[in-house]
Amino acid sequence: MSVTAPGTPPGTAPSAASAGKPPPRSVREHRRALGLDRDAWFLLLPALLPILLLSAGPLLYGLSLAFTDAQSGRTEVTEFTGLANFADLRLDSLFWDSFTIGLVWAVSVTVLQFALALGLAVLLNQNLRFRWLARTLALVPWAMPEVVVGVMWRLVYNQDAGILNATLRDLHLISENVDWLAGVSLALPAVIVVGVWAGMPQTTVVLLAGLQNVPLELHEAAALDGAGRWRRFAAVTWPALKPVVLAITALNFIWNFNSFGLVYVLTGGGPGGATRLPMLFAYEEAFRYGQFGYAAAMGLVMVAVIAVLLTVFLRNRLKEEDR
Amino acid sequence: MITDRSPFARAGQYLALLCYLVFLAFPLLWLVSTAFKSPQELGSVDAEWLPRHPSLDSFAAAFEQQPLVRSALNSLVVASCAAALSVAVAVPAAYVMVRYRSVVGRAATGWILVSQMFPFVLVIIPLFLVLKSFHLVNSLSGLILVYVVWNLPFALWMLQGYVRAVPASLEEAAAIDGCGRLRTLRSVVLPLLTPGVVATVMFSFVTAWNEFFFALVLLKSPEKQTMSVILTHFIGAEGAADLGPLAAAALMATLPSLLFFALLQRRLVSGVLSGAVKG
Repeated sequence: MSVTAPGTPPGTAPSAASAGKPPPRSVREHRRALGLDRDAWFLLLPALLPILLLSAGPLLYGLSLAFTDAQSGRTEVTEFTGLANFADLRLDSLFWDSFTIGLVWAVSVTVLQFALALGLAVLLNQNLRFRWLARTLALVPWAMPEVVVGVMWRLVYNQDAGILNATLRDLHLISENVDWLAGVSLALPAVIVVGVWAGMPQTTVVLLAGLQNVPLELHEAAALDGAGRWRRFAAVTWPALKPVVLAITALNFIWNFNSFGLVYVLTGGGPGGATRLPMLFAYEEAFRYGQFGYAAAMGLVMVAVIAVLLTVFLRNRLKEEDR
Repeated sequence: MITDRSPFARAGQYLALLCYLVFLAFPLLWLVSTAFKSPQELGSVDAEWLPRHPSLDSFAAAFEQQPLVRSALNSLVVASCAAALSVAVAVPAAYVMVRYRSVVGRAATGWILVSQMFPFVLVIIPLFLVLKSFHLVNSLSGLILVYVVWNLPFALWMLQGYVRAVPASLEEAAAIDGCGRLRTLRSVVLPLLTPGVVATVMFSFVTAWNEFFFALVLLKSPEKQTMSVILTHFIGAEGAADLGPLAAAALMATLPSLLFFALLQRRLVSGVLSGAVKG
């Protein structure tokens, strides 16, 4: 197709552009670069430039910072320090504690999210009354800012004025008020519940969409052949749902491992670092203590671990499929 | 349909649904109830489910304690500009990614996936340094730029679905009538994309309105901060908070997102995420 439309940037080559000529048919006349003609580049660049300048570029810059002693507000020139940051990190027990907490958090939230969301999606796929109510409610957490979710659960968990303690007391399950977010052993589980609550809707919607794509005829055929409910789930639903499940659990794991706002608002990483996720740790290192290079090195370690875990997870699952 | 359910199974299903409803709804109810309680009730030892004497005192107090109007305006400006800009650049790009088989398109798709994997901290430090050298730290324009880029992956992904739903035969017809690519895009494809564009704009708006981390790092002075950052100021240094105003402010910060999500609901459930867009 030739460039005759209005809105073409001035100064583009006039090769086949004059009106009245037939559109170019040979490959040479298209003047393509990387499979795109001039129009396509013109359409693509406004999105490509910001991605390159503000996403890809900074990311590479960030990766390189991990190998320097960059600090905020320092006047001296930043120097290349090789693997020094990583050598320090290896001995930084606080970071590894935080890293372990991050893994516990990400794995438990992802697993619980998936289990609860699958249950809800299966229920929503049935012909039940009040389904609309559950559907609507299930979407609300998705729409809420994470800060508001954090604030809301602080109100729920509040020691004296929170509804959780009041309800548990009415049910005679506890005799005195529990400070959910300040107990060293309670804080992480309490925060995990919030993570599950906040992330469940998205997973539910995705799984529900997956369930609705399972062909009904197959189900009916299996039922006619005398397959029970479990059998049908294992033989018909699961194989169809599996790719969706893999994708959403992998994404959920990444998002959860990198999550920040929820826990920042709920506990700020306390008590005594019991809920300090790696992102909170890196944030403090970078923007409270100004250790840019060190924080970037933490980020790099986080990416590496996520990448390895995901490769192992996905490869095992795909292998199972081959069998 | 397969309806071989015993009454017990039915009852079990309803019980399970009830549990889900309780789990999903009780924090929300509590937030609303706290926001409408009077200061006396908030101070009482026994927490009760519903406010005895509903009052708006907490809302008034919230406006007094923090610059809520200002921050709401900041959020509005940032979220609308970011949504409009990101969709404006994403529509043509999504079109090219769908209609041209090209290395660049595939690289962009790969980038969308890979960029999801990186922790924000790896992006924010260099971004902070870059924006600082352009004097765009602590400025709304800087934040808008960041949000545009941050919205792009999802906007591109969502719009590609809608572009695919536009029949290629329509474009061929336009090409036979002598339309160039750009003309075809403007007069044939774009009108058909309107529902998709509207949905993407709303979704980008909600994402930017709700965002917290970048805003926290990039905006320092209170008069520039967006609503989600201002909310955290209600929580004191020791974690003590004035619960009523906190709840009231949190509720107000949620309303725009909830409104847009209510409008988007059907699309999100039926269309976009299943990958099958019904046009």
